[in-house]
Parts: sequence; structure tokens; C-alpha cells
Amino acid sequence: MTPLLRTENLCRRYGDDGVAVLDDVSISLEAGEILGIVGESGSGKSTLARLVMALDRPTLGTVFFEDRQITALSERKIRPLRRNFQMVFQDPYGSLDPRHTIGRIIGEPLGLAENAPRGAERRQRIAALLEEVGLSASDMDRYPHQFSGGQRQRIAIARALITRPKLLVADEPTSALDVTVQAQILNLLLRMRADHGISILLITHDIGVVDEICDRVAVMRAGRVVEAGPLRAVLDSPREAYTRRLLAAEPTLSRIRRPK
Amino acid sequence: MMLEIEGLTVGFKTRKGREEVLHGIDLSLSQGETLGVIGESGSGKSMLALATIGLLPRGASPSGSIRLFGDDLLLLSERQMSAIRGAKIGMIFQEPMTALNPAMTVGSQIAEALHLHREISRSQARGEALRLMEMVRIARAPDRLNSYPHELSGGERQRVGIAIALALKPALLIADEPTTALDVTVQAEILDILDQLVRQLGIGLMLISHDFGVIARMADRVTVMQAGRVMETGTTEGVIRRPQHAYTRKLLSSLPRRVRAGLGDPS
Amino acid sequence: MRRLPLSLLVGGAITALFVAAAILSRFWTPVDPTAINIPSRLKPPGPGGLLGADHFGRDEASMIMAGAWTSLSIAFSGVFIGGICGTALGTAAAALRGRFEAVVMRVNDVIFAFPPVLSALLLAAVLGGGPITTITAIALFMVPVFARVTRGAALQIAARDYILAARMAGKSGIRITVEHVIPNIAAQIIVQFAIQTGLAILTEAGLSFLGLGVSPPTPSWGRMLAEAQTYLSAAPHMALAPGLAISLAVLGLNLLGDGLGEMTDPRRRSSR
Repeated sequence: MTPLLRTENLCRRYGDDGVAVLDDVSISLEAGEILGIVGESGSGKSTLARLVMALDRPTLGTVFFEDRQITALSERKIRPLRRNFQMVFQDPYGSLDPRHTIGRIIGEPLGLAENAPRGAERRQRIAALLEEVGLSASDMDRYPHQFSGGQRQRIAIARALITRPKLLVADEPTSALDVTVQAQILNLLLRMRADHGISILLITHDIGVVDEICDRVAVMRAGRVVEAGPLRAVLDSPREAYTRRLLAAEPTLSRIRRPK
Repeated sequence: MMLEIEGLTVGFKTRKGREEVLHGIDLSLSQGETLGVIGESGSGKSMLALATIGLLPRGASPSGSIRLFGDDLLLLSERQMSAIRGAKIGMIFQEPMTALNPAMTVGSQIAEALHLHREISRSQARGEALRLMEMVRIARAPDRLNSYPHELSGGERQRVGIAIALALKPALLIADEPTTALDVTVQAEILDILDQLVRQLGIGLMLISHDFGVIARMADRVTVMQAGRVMETGTTEGVIRRPQHAYTRKLLSSLPRRVRAGLGDPS
Repeated sequence: MRRLPLSLLVGGAITALFVAAAILSRFWTPVDPTAINIPSRLKPPGPGGLLGADHFGRDEASMIMAGAWTSLSIAFSGVFIGGICGTALGTAAAALRGRFEAVVMRVNDVIFAFPPVLSALLLAAVLGGGPITTITAIALFMVPVFARVTRGAALQIAARDYILAARMAGKSGIRITVEHVIPNIAAQIIVQFAIQTGLAILTEAGLSFLGLGVSPPTPSWGRMLAEAQTYLSAAPHMALAPGLAISLAVLGLNLLGDGLGEMTDPRRRSSR
């Protein structure tokens, strides 16, 4: 079976002196799988997300989506493919246009679908999706500022799912949220995978989040993948020193300070 | 007790009358102790920090008492308070870049704090600045004295922030999410430095965080806050292993499994 | 309901007063503002004429009303045309970036270096004086003003994630600009509009003071001021009336602009 998403030797350099933000990155993602890309700032994980979403072009290398080289296509040819891959952003306050209603925000990608539903049918689809992500159909006519961060992230997820994509890229979807809300959003992502069989590329700096929902993980540092593999293998017996350092740095409750 | 906060409320005047964001906070901190204050957004934990250093936003009206070595800070004039800030209370902010002056070298910023509050010469202040930068383990400290904030990494900037906060040997240090903007590997280093210095110097640290992992590692005691109220206070071990309040349990059970692992079941 | 800023209320009231007077003057004025009535020449304010009469005995109050129409319509038209062009250029520059942006902004700098009075003089040499010249000069000056403001604001919006989301939804640059960028910077543009209209009134008055504005007998505040100079000691009210009208109109629009800005800018709202 061919993977849903595959990148081959992706490089992205900026400027004339060509600092490589991404250097020879090859990853692949099977249908229905959740792949975590974990790294610190400057690791290139967000650049990878943008390249995969065809929001940016690589300096070298290829992105295959279902064996189509999307990096070779013009924006016009990519457009009809976009309904297959959608994105959820980190900051739920910046990713929803404050002047649009929730219905309009969620419906925005519908323009991508061939014979997209209109009128009552469109509203019905948006309403159903709102309920599915844990909001109510009547929220459709409200505005983003009337919602909390977690609710906004649900709205952003609904927007990403409206075209029934095969791939969802979530760039730090919970790092702006409170921990109690984070747990809910992660559960929502898991449920969406179970119900719709979508694949998720989860970009995060948080090992705890990776451990919570990912099947496989790739650890990135300074533009390169330093280690990749099944979740348990990488987290329980990391091969690379950097991975070990990253894992050890994570504050957990296994280390409770005792008063002197 | 070095710091005793009793019945602290903070309200804002709005058109609909007074809106309260802290509803009667009680807590205490002794010298050499680290008190973790944990809460989610809207818990009022940052407002508590601002009230303690007397930097509440305009329009805020505090009541109750905040006693530092017996003196009620809420009764002090702004002039008396600014003498205490820096000299007796140090503050570390979440985003060191916004707390540093971008147009001044970090060496002069540390020295300025010393020069302003203490009767020492500029060259003495500079020597002291160097010592402080070495204390927070900034590599190549003599070169770094002449660096501007934007030339430093996020972790180095936060070290400078710590150096400035400790410059006047305060008795109380308030750190509001000091590592939230940093990468985990850098966070681990900063927490190490902070912990070591606080123990060495016998400073009382009020560590405000949303991260139970950070609190668990650093704090002797924990205060759990929600919506402007203290839910519970206790030893770190006690609160984490035997949470008394439903909200604490919810907070703990929301943590990723990996963070909870090694704890057993908290409920 | 949020309480409206005081500056908005006061500025709005003053502006509304002038707009109402201007519109009313098209249908009715106390006396025909162009009617010469020598017997009441230089008559000071009194029951016969609220603001007195000028050196031809024309009723000052009626002339101020009619002049409001001249002033406001020219200022508004100039700012409107210039504002639309400037906004289009500014948002396009922010959307396209690159060489287009560089060229637009440099050309703007050059235009900006010509104060409207200077460009009106140059235009008048070619086209002759008159309202078209005045409007063109004001519009020309407004293009860079609006282009700068909208470009800056649009660049801020362009950095938001909802712009990326719109790109993920397959929207073209033009649609993104129309659907996301412009609605989010509209408030800032409207604020500029009010403030710049105030400045344009000043420009219009200056130009008609120099004799480059509307031609007589159409009343104009600037020309009223110019004519008042000769009679300054005999009839100070002739200068006072148009002078106050200009100041008040500019003040009103500035307050309106400030008030609108305050109302739409969350940082300036009084809050915790």
C-alpha cells in the first residue's frame, strides 16, 4: 500500500546565504495513522508543516500526496487537491477571522469541494459538524470573540474537517490551551480519527502530547530528523542522545521535590 | 513567616460596579522555601504576583493584607513600594525580551539596578554584574556583558532576567511562568539554576506556573488556584499524591499519561 | 451596550451639524447667500443677520451655510477619491509584496513630498483654478497617506493564521484581501477618513484663500477669509465667522476620528 503522505529529501533554505531551515527530511504517513513531529524551536517542524500543506515550496525535494507530486504542481492544480488536506493552527485567537460568523468560518473551505452544498444543505452540514466537535448548531451565527480558547480550537477543527479531508496537519493544536482543555481537544482528535479514518500529522514540542495520541513519532532538531519510529520504541528506548536529553528534560510528576 | 497574605482581594471598577478577580487569597511563604502557585488561565495567579510586588494595573483596588517581614505592603506609598521592589522583592517575568531594555547592553542593565539602589561605583557595579552573570551560568560572561538582549538566546535572556532579579539580594523572588516561553531542554537548565540559587541564598520563591511538572519538581508547597480562589494548599507531595479538592484532581487527571506516570493513580 | 467615547459624541455632533447645514443650504438659507444688499454693508451680527453681513451686504450666516457645502463636498470628494486609490494601492502592496510594493511605496514618497497647496498651484497652471483642481490636489495628496496606513495595517492582518486558513481553503489573493483583510482594517481606514477630511477642509480653505478654489460668487470659507482681510478692523466678524467655521469643522472631524479609533481599538478601551 502506498502511504498517504510521503516527503523525500525535503530542504528549505531562506535568503541568499541559504540557511537551511529544513535539511533532507523524509517522512511518510499511512492512512489512518497519527504521526507526531516533535522538536524544539528552530527544529524546522513548522516549516515542514507548511511544505506538506503546499503553503510554501521546498528548495529541494518532493512531497507526495497519494503518490502525486504536489511539489511539482502549480497552485491552480493544487487547489482541487486541497480539500484532501487541511490544517489546524496553534493560536485559536489568531486563526479565526474576528469579523466572520462561525458558520462562515467553518464553511470557508467548502469552496474547494466539487458541487459544494449550498443554502440549507450547507447550513445543515456545518450544524452537524459543530455538534460533532462538541458545540451546538446555534453557535453558527455567533462570532469568535464569544468563545473560549478551547471552543475556538474546536471551531478550527470543524473548519479543517468540513471538506472531509484524508489528512489533517495540526501545528501545536493544544499548546495555547489550558491542560484540562488540552485533554479534551486531544480526545476530539482521536475521535475524529476513529470516526472518519483521517490521518493526522501532529506538530508539537510536547512529548506528553505525542505519547497521548501518536502511533509513530519523528524527533527533529535543527532542520533534520534525528530519530523516527513507532511511538513506544522511540519514547521507551531512544537511540539518539538528543532524544534522551529531550525526554529527560520533560518535567513530570515522577520527580516530586521533597521539603528539606 | 517572611510573607503572609491574608484575605487578599483585588477588584476593578467597571461600569457595572466592582468586578472582583481575586476573592480572598490566604498564603504564606518562609525564607528558603519555594511555594508553587498553580492554576489555569483566569485563575488569578498572575494578578496575585502583581499585587505582591505592587504593580497592579491602573484601576485595580486591592484589600486585605500582604505582609513582608510584618510590614503591610498594601499600606505603603508608591515611593516606599518602589524601594522595596528590587531591594527586597525580585521579579522574573515570562518573556525576558519584554522585560529587558533592547537598547542597553545586558551588563549595563544589571549594573544599573545595582547602581540605583546601592551606593557603589560604576566599576564596582560592573564587577558585580559579571559575578551575577557567572552565577546564572552564562557562558563567556565577560564577552556577554557587552551584548544586547537581541544577541542572546531565549535561555540566556532569562538567565539575565534572573541575574537582575537577584542583583540586590532580595528576600523574596516572584517568578511568573519563568520558563513557559522556553524549550524544554532550556527550561530544565533554567529551573536547575533557579533552584540552586534559591537554596544557596536562602531566598523565598513564589513560583507561578500552569505546569504541574514544573511545580512538582521545584516547589516545597503548592497552592492550587482557580477563578480567583485558593482551592487547596499543602506540601507538594501531599497535594499531588492525595489531592483534597475536586479541581486539583481534575487538573492532575488532565495531564498527559506520561507526565502522570510514576505517580500511580492520583484519584 | 458599551458607553461611547466622549470624543465620538462631541465630534459626531459637530460634524453632523455641519453636514446638516451643508445639505440644508442646497434648499434653504436665511437669505440668498449671493444676494448683494448694499444698505446692510459690513453690518455687525444682530437680529437682521445672525452673523452680520460682508462688504457687499451679503448675509454671513447664509454664506457660511453655503460655504459648508463647498468645503465639505470638495474635501470629502478629494479624500474619497484619494482614499479609495490609496487603499487599493496599500492593500495591493501588502498582498503582492516584492517589487510592486517597493515601487508603490517609493512613488508614494515622491507624491507625499508635494504639499497639496503646491500641487494645486502646479495643477492650476495647467487646468486653471476651480473645484476640480482642488479635488485633484487633495486626492493626490491623500493617495500616499492612505496607502501607507492601509499597507501597514494590511501587513499586520496578513500575518494572522486565518489568512493561512483562507489559503488552505483555496482562496485567491484578491478574495483574501476582499473577504479578510479589508473588513479587518476598515475601522482604521474610516478613522483616517474622518481625520483626513478635516485636514482637507483646511486645504480647501487655503486654496480658495489663494484664489484657486471655487470661483465667485459660489461662497467659500477660504475666500470669505481672504475678503475679510481688507475689513479686519471695520468688520472683524467677517473673519471671525469663516475662521470659526473652519476651526470647528476640523476639530469636529478630528474628534470624530479619535472617537472612532477609540471605539474600535480594543487596546484603548478602558478595561482591566
